[in-house]
Amino acid sequence: MESQGLHFYYGAFQALKDINLVIKARQITALIGPSGCGKSTFLRTLNRLNDLIPHTRVQGTVRLEGEDIYQPGMDVVSLRQRVGMVFQRPNPFPKSIFENVAFGPRVLGVHSKVEIEEKVEQSLKAAALWPEVSDLLHKDALGLALGQQQRLCIARVLAVEPEVILMDEPCSALDPLATLKIEELMQELKKNYTIVIVTHNMQQAARASDWTGFFLLGELLEYGVTGDIFTRPKDSRTENYITGRYG
Amino acid sequence: MEIKEKLIEKILLFIALSSISILALIAFFIFGEGLPFIWKIGPHAFLLGERWVPSHGEFGILPMIVGSFWVTLGALLLGIPLGLACAIFLCEWTPPLAATFLRPAIQLLAAIPSVIYGFWGLVVLVPLVRTYLGGPGLSILSGSVILGFMILPTIISISEDALRALPPYYKAGGLALGATHWQTIWRVLIPAARSGIVASIILGMGRAIGETMAMIMILGNAVKMPSSFLDSARTLTTNIGIEMGYASGSHRQALFATGVILFFIIMILNSSAIVLSRRRVE
Repeated sequence: MESQGLHFYYGAFQALKDINLVIKARQITALIGPSGCGKSTFLRTLNRLNDLIPHTRVQGTVRLEGEDIYQPGMDVVSLRQRVGMVFQRPNPFPKSIFENVAFGPRVLGVHSKVEIEEKVEQSLKAAALWPEVSDLLHKDALGLALGQQQRLCIARVLAVEPEVILMDEPCSALDPLATLKIEELMQELKKNYTIVIVTHNMQQAARASDWTGFFLLGELLEYGVTGDIFTRPKDSRTENYITGRYG
Repeated sequence: MEIKEKLIEKILLFIALSSISILALIAFFIFGEGLPFIWKIGPHAFLLGERWVPSHGEFGILPMIVGSFWVTLGALLLGIPLGLACAIFLCEWTPPLAATFLRPAIQLLAAIPSVIYGFWGLVVLVPLVRTYLGGPGLSILSGSVILGFMILPTIISISEDALRALPPYYKAGGLALGATHWQTIWRVLIPAARSGIVASIILGMGRAIGETMAMIMILGNAVKMPSSFLDSARTLTTNIGIEMGYASGSHRQALFATGVILFFIIMILNSSAIVLSRRRVE
């Protein structure tokens, strides 16, 4: 997935300026930067979720396997099936655990009960949640702990079989142990999926990602291998940020 | 200062109590007149009796219960789909500017006096039913249609509130999973707002059961068991409304007893609406 010359506007305010970024397949790319720098906005251009916000405008291209997702006639629904998203706040639907995971397959038109059950089990296992909930499948998803809810949301995305998974500060509402579980899970998932994660947590970006992009005031200042960004940043502003001098 | 505060508190308490006590007085009065009558002729004969001939001392209100039931059911069959569709449209598709015009227009539906609905039904709807479907025109069908429109504002505004009260991340979550807009509405938003929507339907039902004036004008008021949607009928409320003016003695008590039954039905409906809308908050 890549963006070329991407500009994004909220009304008259320009939130993204000329973003050029190539996201490597089956790697974890972390986007860091101070609040309001545009990293979440960028993430949401990748599955066109910004379309929901009125008075916004996009210039430039975002390609998914070579295809411009902003071209006229683009099927946004199937785009979002290929590019799944996990939100900052765990947002399971007020349904049972089973129904949350079954949502994707059902929407895709799977009717066979057996097929759906298999898919649910498989997705929950892939999200490392199965042992904890296999006896509670028909309990309300909102009764789970927040960390479990977030892994449920990941399972829900996996059930749609996406190619890319976007994660918008997936751990910001979670305690350190639950955060660690999600990070372990990401390492497992990267074998099959491309992951883009927005995070405020420097250690998380350093620990868990392969590539890091640093956003400041709507610009992508620096992008490279995570190890390089954190040990030998080219831009002094990047260095200031990751060493905690501002942000 | 201290005394003034105390005084104001006492005055407000008195006012609050007096408005509640009006309710208590009404209940006391209706029950006082109606309950002894029900005991006298027997709940069974009263509720399940099919003949209402006050001059012969026959007081069976089953035809009215059945009439109320059918008219209300018909109103819901029309009002629920229309109201829900309208609420969804207002929430999800209406541009904000258009909504600022549409919403007051819907509120206005609630402000139209019921006698106007009745008049319109009598002049427009009843002849149409008579001409194209047969029967007297003054019928359960005509009444249901008018009532269906009358309960629309209740269903629309409360359902819309319930849908709007949903956190925005439900919608974003549904769409981000590759569901279409409609799939998201149908499979996520409506189930999530279910308790509020059910409460709106129950309150609409309460309104439908309680409606009197328009029904007197449209239903034809025949005291017999209706056998089809084109038959004329009488509801519990219209029974009271029509006969209270000249009733006396046990006839008058029988009308109060009808009120007791109505009171129970409305109380059950309202409290279930309260319970359901509370569940939404949790």
